Amino acid sequence: MTTKYEALTGAEAAALAMKQINPDVVAVYPITPQTPIVMKFSEYVANGEVDTEMVRVESEHSAMSATVGAAGAGARAMTATAANGLALMWEIVYIAASTRLPIVMGLVNRALSGPINIHCDHSDSMGARDSGWIQIYSENAQEVYDNYFMALRIAEHKDVLLPVMVCQDGFITSHSVENVLPLEDAQVKKFIGKKNFKGLLTSEKPYTIGPLDLQDYYMEHKMQQHDAMKHVIPVIEKIQKEYAETFDRKYEIIEEYRTDDADMVIVGMSSVMGTVKDVIDMMREEGIKVGAVKPRLFRPFPAEKIKNVLSKFKAIIILDRSDSFGSFPPLYGEILASFFAAEKKPYIKSFIHGLGGRDTNVEMIKEVISELQKLRDTGESNFTIDYLGVR
Amino acid sequence: MYNNIILDRLRVDKLPTMWCPGCGHGIILAALLKSIDKMGWEKENTVVVSGIGCAGRVPGYIDACTLHTTHGRALGFATGIKFAHPELNVIAVMGDGDASAIGGNHLIHAARRNIDITAIVFNNDIYGMTGGQKSPTTPHGYNSTTSQYGNAEIPFDLCKLVEGAGATFVAREIQSNHINLEKIILKALQKKGFSFVEAFSVCPTSFGRRNKLTSDATKNIDWVKSMSVTKAQAEKRTPEELEGKIITGVFVDIERPEFIESYLKYDLSGANCEK
Ligand SMILES: Cc1ncc(C[n+]2csc(CCOP(=O)(O)OP(=O)(O)O)c2C)c(N)n1
Ligand code: SF4
Repeated sequence: MTTKYEALTGAEAAALAMKQINPDVVAVYPITPQTPIVMKFSEYVANGEVDTEMVRVESEHSAMSATVGAAGAGARAMTATAANGLALMWEIVYIAASTRLPIVMGLVNRALSGPINIHCDHSDSMGARDSGWIQIYSENAQEVYDNYFMALRIAEHKDVLLPVMVCQDGFITSHSVENVLPLEDAQVKKFIGKKNFKGLLTSEKPYTIGPLDLQDYYMEHKMQQHDAMKHVIPVIEKIQKEYAETFDRKYEIIEEYRTDDADMVIVGMSSVMGTVKDVIDMMREEGIKVGAVKPRLFRPFPAEKIKNVLSKFKAIIILDRSDSFGSFPPLYGEILASFFAAEKKPYIKSFIHGLGGRDTNVEMIKEVISELQKLRDTGESNFTIDYLGVR
Repeated sequence: MYNNIILDRLRVDKLPTMWCPGCGHGIILAALLKSIDKMGWEKENTVVVSGIGCAGRVPGYIDACTLHTTHGRALGFATGIKFAHPELNVIAVMGDGDASAIGGNHLIHAARRNIDITAIVFNNDIYGMTGGQKSPTTPHGYNSTTSQYGNAEIPFDLCKLVEGAGATFVAREIQSNHINLEKIILKALQKKGFSFVEAFSVCPTSFGRRNKLTSDATKNIDWVKSMSVTKAQAEKRTPEELEGKIITGVFVDIERPEFIESYLKYDLSGANCEK
């Protein structure tokens, strides 16, 4: 295995992973902050470093359509987008999932307009949480890189056959340079293996994709999608284990940080958890027993696991990087639901943070930790939702 | 005097613009403002709608009723505005990618319907804002960040496209021919029907630097000039000689029933009958 770190941005790490996957077809339309993925990959194509047919289509609607078409014809097909790009793909995003096509899409999280904003939050992918895609959230460039290979294996697994979104935070991860430890091409090739799904359109028998499905069978087909999602968690566990054994890189569906002796934790996803971990280290110096819990998977939601992990603590604060106007922020809502039937429940509180790229800094996380202490000791703000760092 | 006209119609507190030094978009904006002024349109009844892109930032600077929408949708929004208030003067400002890639469908249908909107495409041959990816107008063989060794695709001739779709006024001019550009935009604003102006801009940052024109604005402007041929000159040249050239002039200036007027006549004819 390579031991040489490379200085890569999250976007470059994604492009490098795509290069090593060497997909048959990539169809893309540029959108900030996904553009560096497209441009880097385009360079690989132009230099003959991949065998990919790359289509520079005229919109994201066409990008997802072409990706679905290619996957339907049996190709390993990939795309990447962000925010309004995902919104424009919408119609076909659902079709990719319901047609059970193992597409891997890089999503560089960006606030969905309006008002127009190019910076990070999770309003784009959270909007697609019920589209039938698997969603994996990456904390840093290394995770982005590794997630791509695991995502491909998950998507193409015969018990799953569902599309996967590999999310990374716009600009914060996509444009910051970090040390990434890449794998060798041959190792990747071996790990991802040959694609083991046949395109419906190239099976021995002629097929039709997407015919009318009404009261007769529609519900059965939807139930199959539901069932396929149930297979995902065990498949991911298997693949993560294999990844760890092969490359000595251990990933969990739910990552815990300094939780052993903690009685309170911060729960959140993606890049903010890097800051959270640093602040936890600082607080630990002061003897405050706080930890962090980071779900890497949001769809399917690992409800049972999260409940088991979180029930150990007295108080938890959940950081959501998007809102659900008139309801519970997505991660908070899912966690509340996971605890409904539990006997022992921690105090639980929600903070919405970092919308439209607002920086969630060390001071803010310190504020969250002092809120956590109050919550643990008094339970007063149990079940409340607040905004972090607003005027 | 011109400067006063321009400044009066700009939101001066929003200046300087976000455009790079040497960007051609500002010059087109100036021509547009002068033409609006010649029309005598008030700020209150002038609506400027844009999509997303460097050209899309125009509504932020114009002191009038303006709307900054989503990538490609300027004409969709503009159609709604014109329908709700046909008495308003509606202008749609778009980048070439905005108008002909992601928003291409709106462009041909607005032209087909002949709705009374003026569409101005700031064509810089590239997706400027997102960092120089090729657009449907990037010339064949030219470089971009998604065609590193040259563009394999054949670009649109936007004027022909819109003419084919049914626009009643179609013209092209380069930004450095400023006086003429202003005249053409004025004619477009005067037109009752769908009028289309392809204003050739320059993008030193995202196009020039990748195509041996550097980020020097004058080199980019000179290149556009050297590529441009007037309609009259073009008539004397062979198709081979005109390959890749930017032909300027007014290509269409005809009358056809305007959409909203037809709509009132036909679609609402039942409603308009005496009951
Ligand atoms: C749905 C959607 N897809 C992609 C983008 C990203 N995007 C913003 S501007 C732009 C292209 C800009 O090029 P052009 O329209 O030619 O205008 P210019 O910036 O060159 O003036 C793109 C692809 C977006 N904002 N929304
Ligand atoms: S990138 Fe190009 S189009 Fe955009 S402001 Fe700069 S020069 Fe103008």
